Amino acid sequence: MALASPLTRAVSTSAFRAAAVAVAAYLVCAGLVIGLLLWQTNRILTEQVLSTLQSEAQLLEAEARGGDLQGLEHAVEVRSRPEGPGLYFLSDRSGAKLAGNLSHVPPEISATGGVFQYVRAGGDPAEPRLGVAIPMDLGNGIRLVVGRDIEDQRRFADEMGTLYIAGLGFLSLTGLIAGLVISRVVLRRVETINVATRSIMQGDLSQRIAISGSGDEFDVLADNLNTMLERIEALMNGLREVSDNIAHDLKTPLTRLRNQAEAALMDPRGEGAYRDGLEQTIEKADDLIKTFNALLLVARLEAGVLKENAESFDVGRLVHDVAELYEPVAEERGLELRLDIADGARLIANRQLVGQAVANLIDNAIKYSAKAAQTASHPPTIDIALTKRGDNVEIGVADRGPGIAPEDRERVLKRFVRLEKSRTETGTGLGLSLVQAVARLHGGAVRLEDNRPGLRIVLTLPAPPADR
Amino acid sequence: MRVLVVEDDRETAHFLQKALKESGHAADLAGDGETGLSMAEEGAYDVLIVDRMLPRLDGLSMIKEVRAKSIRTPVLILSALGEVDDRVKGLRAGGDDYLTKPYAYSELLARIEALARRPSPEEQETRYVVDGLVLDRLSHRVTRDGEPIQLQPREYRLLEYLMKHAGQVVTRTMLLEHVWDYHFDPQTNVIDVHVSRLRAKIDKNFDKPLLHTVRGAGYTIRDGPG
Repeated sequence: MALASPLTRAVSTSAFRAAAVAVAAYLVCAGLVIGLLLWQTNRILTEQVLSTLQSEAQLLEAEARGGDLQGLEHAVEVRSRPEGPGLYFLSDRSGAKLAGNLSHVPPEISATGGVFQYVRAGGDPAEPRLGVAIPMDLGNGIRLVVGRDIEDQRRFADEMGTLYIAGLGFLSLTGLIAGLVISRVVLRRVETINVATRSIMQGDLSQRIAISGSGDEFDVLADNLNTMLERIEALMNGLREVSDNIAHDLKTPLTRLRNQAEAALMDPRGEGAYRDGLEQTIEKADDLIKTFNALLLVARLEAGVLKENAESFDVGRLVHDVAELYEPVAEERGLELRLDIADGARLIANRQLVGQAVANLIDNAIKYSAKAAQTASHPPTIDIALTKRGDNVEIGVADRGPGIAPEDRERVLKRFVRLEKSRTETGTGLGLSLVQAVARLHGGAVRLEDNRPGLRIVLTLPAPPADR
Repeated sequence: MRVLVVEDDRETAHFLQKALKESGHAADLAGDGETGLSMAEEGAYDVLIVDRMLPRLDGLSMIKEVRAKSIRTPVLILSALGEVDDRVKGLRAGGDDYLTKPYAYSELLARIEALARRPSPEEQETRYVVDGLVLDRLSHRVTRDGEPIQLQPREYRLLEYLMKHAGQVVTRTMLLEHVWDYHFDPQTNVIDVHVSRLRAKIDKNFDKPLLHTVRGAGYTIRDGPG
C-alpha cells in the first residue's frame, strides 16, 4: 500500500489524465498517418512492378511474333539469370517447360496471373519466395509466364509493419511514462504547497511556500499565496498588537479608575469625598471612552470601512478652519500658528476624517512645542502648509519642539506608541495612528521629517485632477 | 417635558427614566420598536429618545415610520455605532440628533432640551436678547447695553448658537458640531478657549456675567446666576 500509494496518486492526478488523453490522441493520429504511408508505399511499389512486367511481356511478345521459337527460347534463357529478379516460364502445348528459371507454375497463375510462391532453382525448398506473374498466350499452344520476385518487398513490408507496431508501442510507453513523470512532478510541487498550507493551518503563519525560481505557474501560484499570507499575517499581527495594546494601555487607566473609586470609598471624609471621587471616576471613564473610540476608529479605518461618504470639498478651507479652531489654544500656550495654504485645492474624501487628521497633527504640534515656548524669547511657530504637488495635496504641520529621532519615526505611527519623553503628556497615543489610517484609507501616506529643529509631519492625499 | 425612551436594555432605560425625572421631566419607556411606534403615535411627547438596535422593529425603521405618519416630534438617536456614516444614516432616517454610546447624561439632557425647544423655521427670531445683550441676526451686530461689541465671524456664530439656546445648557460637543460642523474629538479642550475669548468680549466690562460655565456639562447663557 505504501509503495502503491504514490503511483496510484500519480495516476489519479489531473496532470496524468491530461497526459494520457494527449498520448492517446497522438497515438491514433500517428497510427493513421503511418498506416496511410505504408499502404501508399506498397501501392506504388506494386504498380512499379506491374508496369515493368507489362513492358517486358510486350517486348517478349514482339519477339515471339517473329515466329522464331528458337529465338524466343534463347531470349528467355538469356533473361533467366538464376539470382535475378525476373522470373520466366516458357511452355509448349503439352505444358512442358521449354525455357525459364521457374521449375513450374501453379495452374491458377498460368490462367489469370497473380501472386504466387515459388522456390528458386537451387534454393532451399523450405524457404519459398514470393513472386508476381502474368501469363501470355503466344499462339500454337506456346505460353509464357513473365514474373518478378517480390520477396524483398514483402520483407520490407513486414519489417515496416513490425517497426510500425514497435514504434506505436514505444510511443505509448514513453507517453505513459512521461505522463507519470509529469504528474509526479506536479504532485511534488502541489505537495510542497500542501505541506506549507497544512503547517499554516496549524497556526504557523510565518511559513512560506518555496518558490522554485523557474517562474512557472506554480511559482506564480506560490507567490500569490505568499502575498496573501503576508497580508493575513500583517492583519493578524495588527490584531494581536491591538489586543496587546488594549491589555496594556486600557488596563492601566482601568486600574487607576478602580483605585480611585476604592480610595474614595475608604476616605474618612465621607460624602464630600465620595462626590469628588465619583466626579474623578467619571472623568477617567470619559478619557477611557475617548481612547476606546479612537482605537475603534483606527481599526475600522484600517479595515477599509468608512470609504463611503466621500464628498468633494475645499481642503484649504478645511485646514484653515481647523487651524482657526486651535489658534486660541496655541496662543494661550505661547505659540504662533502660521498658515501657508495654496488656493483651490479640492479633495474627494471623507471631510470629517481629514478634518480629524489635520486636527490631530495640529494638536500634536501644539503639545510638543509647549515646552519650547516656555523658554523661547519670541513665540515658536507652528507652520501649517498646504501645497499641491502633481495629483497630490500635501498638508504639512511643522513644529519647533524636540522632534523625533529618525529611527523612531516609523514607530510613532503605530498604535499606542508614545516616546518616553512624551509619556507625561495627555493623549491617547493614537493621534498619529489615526492620521496614518486616514491617509491609507484615501490612498495617501504620512511621512515624518526633520524641521531643523523640530518635527514636520506631512500628510499626502491624492486629489482628483482639477476642473472636474 | 414628556419624553419617550425606546430602549431595549432595561437597566439603561430605567436609569434614563430616573435621571430624567430628577431633571424635572416625565419619561415613558418602550422596550421594542413596535411598542415605541404605537406609543409615539398615541402619546403627545416632546422628544423621542430611540436606540438604534431594537427588537421587532429596529430604531431607524421605527423613526422612518414615525415620520411617514407625519409625527414631527424631535428624535434623538442613541447608538453604539458612532462613525460619520452611521450618523448620516441616522439623520437621513428622520432623526434630529445623534448621540453615541457611551454618553454623559448631561450631554443627553442638554441635547433633548435643545431639541424640544427647537423653533420651527418660520418662527425663527431675528433678534436674540438676553438681559442687555442683543444679537441682531439680520445686521450681524451685537450690542450690550447699547454698546457695540466687535466679534470675529466664528465668535459671532458661537454667541448666536448660545443665545439661540439661551437658558439651556449647551455642551462642548454640541458647539463643535453646530458652530464648526465637526463630528470628531479635537482632543484638547479647544472649545473652552474659544468660549473664554467670547466671554472676555461680552462679559468683561460688565458687572453681571451672562455666559456661565456649567460644571461637568458645558455652557449656558442666561440672565441670572450661573
